[in-house]
Amino acid sequence: MAVNVSFTGRTYPPTAPYSVGREKIREFAEAVGAHDVVHIDQVQARARGYRDVIASPTFAVLIAQKCDRQLIEDPEAGIDFSRVVHGEQRFVHHRPITAGDEIVGVLTVDSVKQAGGHAMVTTRSELSTTEGEPVCTATSTLVIRGGE
Amino acid sequence: MSNAVLSISDVEVGQELPPRTIHISRASLVQYTGASLDRNRIHWDERFARSVGLPDVIAHGMFTMGSAINIVSDWVGDAGRVVEYGTRFTKPVVVPYESGADVEVTGIVAAVDAQTRRATVDLQAMCGTDKVLGRAVAVVVLG
Repeated sequence: MAVNVSFTGRTYPPTAPYSVGREKIREFAEAVGAHDVVHIDQVQARARGYRDVIASPTFAVLIAQKCDRQLIEDPEAGIDFSRVVHGEQRFVHHRPITAGDEIVGVLTVDSVKQAGGHAMVTTRSELSTTEGEPVCTATSTLVIRGGE
Repeated sequence: MSNAVLSISDVEVGQELPPRTIHISRASLVQYTGASLDRNRIHWDERFARSVGLPDVIAHGMFTMGSAINIVSDWVGDAGRVVEYGTRFTKPVVVPYESGADVEVTGIVAAVDAQTRRATVDLQAMCGTDKVLGRAVAVVVLG
């Protein structure tokens, strides 16, 4: 099935709130070898002016992937997940993701392109707190490999 | 780990960041699979990876991306100072069972903006002769 090009510009409803936990921040930081104490020790994080421990720079992918899943699981989008390869990822942090945040994501399909049998889908997830404070803009490009 | 954030007066274009070699084992990938919830079997199941045409298990692109930025966070002195970070995933990092894989991460200051106190860092991540991240760029706010 071909990827649905008419999805360009489509926006999905906000995701259910993601509760950012201290232990998840620590677990993720450890998994990528991020040893800055600001991910681990809330006393030192507060000494640097943060409310609590903050997430390492790519933690937002946990929430962005939840946003992307709305598109991938949309039957009308025509995306075969077993053929999806991550092509590109970008984060713009408006402020660090902090333990205690409740974050919702709004997914927009920025572009859908067909090229050489493959499809390239660029999505943008605007992550903000449930109070509406912008936290991070995550942009992903997914490459959907064509069939043989 | 120093608490002092790197000052703009100590940064200039062309400056090299302390490089680092990331050793990736199967255990690293299993740990990242759990932490990231990206449980795609190509990252931990050799038999499955081969069945879909890969040479072996490959690392999550996001694992490489998430690990490479540490040289920037540690250089600037506070991970919260990384305000932008993006990359392309140009080549997979193949992780054999016995040897694992080594990714060499280097970085160079490409631009410094005195008005916004921001520095742009170009990162390189090499696995052998393969450039595994493309156009990897981070922006930090300096002290």
